[in-house]
Amino acid sequence: MAPLRHLSGGEIPDRVFKFAMSACGLSVLGLLILIVYELATRSGLSWHAFGFRFFKATDWDPVNEQFGALPFIYGTIISSVLALMIAVPLAIGVAVFTTEMCPKKLRGPLSFFVELLAAIPSVIYGLWAIFVLVPLLSGYVQPFLAKTLGWTGLFEGPPYGIGMLAAGIILAIMIVPIISSITREVLMVVPQHQREGVLALGATRWEMIRVGVLRNARAGILGGIILGLGRALGETMAVTMVIGNRPEIAKSLFAPGYTMASVLANEFSEATGDVYLSALIEIGLALFLVTIIVNALAQLLVWTVTRGQPARGHA
Amino acid sequence: MPETRAAIQTAVPPVSLRRRVTDRFMTFAAVATVVIVLAPLIAIFGYLVYRGVGSINWAFLTQTPKPVGEAGGGMANAIMGSVFILGIGSAIVVPLGIGAGIYLAEFGRNRFGAIIRFTGDVLNGVPSIVVGIVAYSIVVLYQRHFSALAGGVALAIMMVPTICRTTEEMLLLVPQALREAAYGLGVPRWRTTLSITLRTATSGVITGVMLAFARVAGETAPLLFTAFGNQFWNFHYDQPTAALPLQIFVYAISPYDEWHRQAWAGALVLIVLIVTAVAAVRYVVRRGSFGTA
Repeated sequence: MAPLRHLSGGEIPDRVFKFAMSACGLSVLGLLILIVYELATRSGLSWHAFGFRFFKATDWDPVNEQFGALPFIYGTIISSVLALMIAVPLAIGVAVFTTEMCPKKLRGPLSFFVELLAAIPSVIYGLWAIFVLVPLLSGYVQPFLAKTLGWTGLFEGPPYGIGMLAAGIILAIMIVPIISSITREVLMVVPQHQREGVLALGATRWEMIRVGVLRNARAGILGGIILGLGRALGETMAVTMVIGNRPEIAKSLFAPGYTMASVLANEFSEATGDVYLSALIEIGLALFLVTIIVNALAQLLVWTVTRGQPARGHA
Repeated sequence: MPETRAAIQTAVPPVSLRRRVTDRFMTFAAVATVVIVLAPLIAIFGYLVYRGVGSINWAFLTQTPKPVGEAGGGMANAIMGSVFILGIGSAIVVPLGIGAGIYLAEFGRNRFGAIIRFTGDVLNGVPSIVVGIVAYSIVVLYQRHFSALAGGVALAIMMVPTICRTTEEMLLLVPQALREAAYGLGVPRWRTTLSITLRTATSGVITGVMLAFARVAGETAPLLFTAFGNQFWNFHYDQPTAALPLQIFVYAISPYDEWHRQAWAGALVLIVLIVTAVAAVRYVVRRGSFGTA
């Protein structure tokens, strides 16, 4: 071996190569650390000024430099939860249909079309929402909801179209592909004999899906849902374009709201004053931490089911 | 034995009406969800084509924006600006991402590799607006103004996970025997990795890069306060630059009909670029030697 090694330039180039590639790999980790560092240091000013009160206060007053992020946190949570409530049943239905019910030939095209939904940029969803969804909501859906469910207090007020409901619906459309593609992956790793066993006991197809498939895939499906939640929490453009952008906490879903991501999109480039900028970055840091935790949790859940195969949230 | 068959038939009672109805209903419900999910997809594409095709013309593709109130003008500078920013981003990230992918595939079959892999997945979930803040904080604050470079850095950060992950997957698909054959001939490891493994996986790696492009080409949020936008041509890396998604956003929320028209045209151009890329990638992955990917 020794002479051959010598012939090919010795061990040095190999070491250099390994070192260089390791550096590239390390830079991925470095990138994450850099993100945390930048967000943490640049939000320090706001943290020192407001402390924990920042997350409990509802006043957002750049002129007097008083900042509280609660309306944005509220808006982010409500719009995301609303999106999940709409998207989860749909996404699971689509996944069940593609894996368990539809003819094999239809499987490929169907999943392609659903994935196509994931490829549409956020800003185009927003554009469509402004000119199609919002008029539809204000003209038909909201008057109907107000008439039938107005007594709950969730569907009160003038039907402008723009507001929390529109944001929740557009978010739902955007997260269906993620939840359904992960659910599909998870359903596909449920062993075939589980299905056959349940069918042999005399179950109908739905009973087989419920007992043999969905119950086995629970953890992975939950992972997919949480991944969808992570996406919904951080989604910016489409929400900004239809949510109304008013830092208010209202019970009615017809009312305008504001999310953490949208306030960054709208006010960041115009933020004058260090405290203002720092407060916005603190919102960014909070959003980052929440999505990181949510995503890590989802990855772990999906991993336990698919055993090491990566979950694909995007693309 | 007819007696046993009869015994089995009596032992297994017929499926009750309630169970049969539930089964039918659930099948119907699943089909309904597919229809409900595909409806917005068709609505979005239909409306996009309907509004977009009517608004695209030669001027749209070749001219810069006209001032408010003047008809005509286009998004040529924004289209080229997007290409420019993407170019800067990929110049930064492609070597780095492929390197990280090589590390994961060739040296990272251990605990540290698992950490890097997990980090990549976590990065994948970082909201794009937060990436914008980071690019602002590491580029714009030092340059003291918005720039194409800052936009490129933001997009580069967003592309890392996709490129890194697909490169790894594609390299792992290269048969181990190829590597061993090269080692057997006395080819050093670095040479084997670059000229044999990476070379064999080239089409797959390019696929990954294209996927990353498709993913970030439509990103608006990270460009809002990095590239910022520009009404004129710009090819200076340290000056504010227009980008197609930014222009669509600004025009969409404006009160002018003419701008709305152009937003739809821009959206159509953007979606055609992205869908072409995704479809091409799908085609290559299916037909190429990496069918199992």
